[in-house]
Amino acid sequence: MKPLINSLPETVFTTKVDELLNWGRASSQWYMLFGLACCAIELMQTGGPRADLDRFGAVPRATPRQSDLMIVAGTLTYKMAKRTKLLYDQMPDPKYVISMGSCSNCGGLFQLAYSVCKGVDKIIPVDVYVPGCPPRPEALTEGLLRIQDKMMRERWLVKPSEPAADQSGAAE
Amino acid sequence: MDAQEIYASLDKLFPGKVSDLKAEVFEPYLNVDKDAIVEICRFLRSAPGFKFEVLSDLTALDWPKEEKIQVVYHLFSYAHNHQIVLKVDLARDNPKVATVENVWKVANWFEREVYDLFGVIFEGHSDLRRIMLPEDWVGFPLRKDYVEQEEYDGISTQRAPLVEKLLR
Amino acid sequence: MSETAPARGFYTEEDMTISVGPQHPSTHGVLRFVVKTDGEVISEAIPDVGYLHRSIEKIGEKVTYHGYVPYTDRADYLAAMFANQAFCMAAEKLAGTDVTRRGEFCRVIACELNRIASHLISVGTFGQDIGAMTPFVHALRERETINNLMEEICGARLTYNYIRIGGVGYDILPETCAKIGEFLNHFEPIVDEFNRLLSGNKIFIERLAGVAVVSKEDAFSYNLVGPNLRGSGVKWDIRRDIPYSVYPELEFDVPVGMAQVGALGDSYDRYWVRIREMQESCKILRQCLQMMPKGPAISKVPKKFRPPAGEYYARVEAPRGDMGFYVVSDGSEYPYRVRIRTGSYTAMSIIDKISKGIMLADLIALIGSLDVDAPEIDR
Repeated sequence: MKPLINSLPETVFTTKVDELLNWGRASSQWYMLFGLACCAIELMQTGGPRADLDRFGAVPRATPRQSDLMIVAGTLTYKMAKRTKLLYDQMPDPKYVISMGSCSNCGGLFQLAYSVCKGVDKIIPVDVYVPGCPPRPEALTEGLLRIQDKMMRERWLVKPSEPAADQSGAAE
Repeated sequence: MDAQEIYASLDKLFPGKVSDLKAEVFEPYLNVDKDAIVEICRFLRSAPGFKFEVLSDLTALDWPKEEKIQVVYHLFSYAHNHQIVLKVDLARDNPKVATVENVWKVANWFEREVYDLFGVIFEGHSDLRRIMLPEDWVGFPLRKDYVEQEEYDGISTQRAPLVEKLLR
Repeated sequence: MSETAPARGFYTEEDMTISVGPQHPSTHGVLRFVVKTDGEVISEAIPDVGYLHRSIEKIGEKVTYHGYVPYTDRADYLAAMFANQAFCMAAEKLAGTDVTRRGEFCRVIACELNRIASHLISVGTFGQDIGAMTPFVHALRERETINNLMEEICGARLTYNYIRIGGVGYDILPETCAKIGEFLNHFEPIVDEFNRLLSGNKIFIERLAGVAVVSKEDAFSYNLVGPNLRGSGVKWDIRRDIPYSVYPELEFDVPVGMAQVGALGDSYDRYWVRIREMQESCKILRQCLQMMPKGPAISKVPKKFRPPAGEYYARVEAPRGDMGFYVVSDGSEYPYRVRIRTGSYTAMSIIDKISKGIMLADLIALIGSLDVDAPEIDR
């Protein structure tokens, strides 16, 4: 199986297989409930009746072992930072991170605070930043759709194009 | 009972331990000697006519110009619907006072927070350790001369300036 | 059981120490409990807090009075209006500013709507923690309507920054008042729906009756406030006993725990007080909509707000109890010290005592019935 990954030329068959695999993954992103602060309430409302995330296939999971998307919703403090890294490491590959709200993007309005980590990207790599304080459910849905676009661009069977700018998740 | 009567009764029963009543302000307060705070609190909680069953708040104020840290006790009574504020002055370089944990159980958590953020040591406390900040934090943040540390646990506390990020 | 085979399997008679949190599927925020248990019965549950300590009290010394109001929102995001109001009351008292009458009525309307929203989340997540998934989604649906109303009033869904020093930020328009009336007509039967789904449910009652009883002396000694105190039988409400704003002119009842299914002060009593408070808030809202006068919504307050030196402790009846803001001013335009005292902080301190001897699943019911909230604890 290993020699098959990222080694085949770009034909109709291989690109369609790639697209099928990516479509399956993008339509069922299971996100881990990592709501820390106010944005967690908007995350709950987004999963609620009106702006439903379940119609995109995204269901909340309580444990990192069963999820492939981590939505960091809320302020990250230094006391929580070590646990965040631990939870991120426990997620299986390929994994993605959405940073929701100003506090996890850059520290938000708590730039003057002594105990707040100014941005979750100091600890874990972030794929999509959703601005807002807190972001509306429509904004978070847009962030989820951008992750879907990012997933659809990945390559599994097909050789990555030169130079290796287009990274795929399973190439090790 | 209003503040004048409370002060008069306390002055009679504990002579020399209370002083400095300020009654014209919105929240009348009086100063209590730091060695007598526990017995005065015990008296105020159970004596008929006073009946302060509840410790509403226990916090601290930092006055670096006068070289003191003041611990503030807000007492409230449901039975008589009155309140009083007690203040205890402590030396800023070595703030120590006895705990009122045995009078009101809630003081346990209030005093832990004051220790964590101001550095006041409560003698006799059953479990005096940091509550809000991580265990290995250095310094007492709510003091007026607190300087934030450069980094904690490998994470820098500053956000990279915008120009540097654009040039990267 | 024969004499030769060991009575137990591979674990010993010692208790195990497990850590519940800080990331867990219940929605009370990032809290951690270090629980010593033998697998089912808890011998000790010690709370570990501080994972959301955002140093809101220290920031109060670095920004001006007007600029601090958005930070008070984040002190308890589910009841943001009450924190705004308490801080503004303290600042107004220090400076001697008056609030216009229409501003006071706008404040009460916004606060009571926020109380309904907060209790909906509290009751919904309580049901979800016990295992009933349906009422949570119903609560979120009702809360969406309230979020729409709040957006019409002040522009934001969660962290409002609406109540300002001297009044409110924006006036409530007559169209919005009509929509609030329609919402009340729709909402009052929904509380009966909640009662059918949850309060009368046999499994719910058996899970909660007699669990974690808090006596009146313990409630005083540990300074429980709000529905936690009223669930133990003490009829105390700041809106009625230390009145502020226009509450003296409004008629409402103060619900108290009545030991309907178990002992007085158990988890079911605290839950029942919250359901009844939602109904009382509907009554208050109807009276306010009728009595609202015309006039300006905010009085004239200088941009450089500089109250004279002094201190004041303002209390409001928030959904989680008595929220107090102790503001000390030294005459400059930055506060000298802002201290926020919340009901959830003291409610956490009692968990160690009343969780001895209950089962692990009851610990979750206990935390839900006390309605603790991470931003209130850690500020």
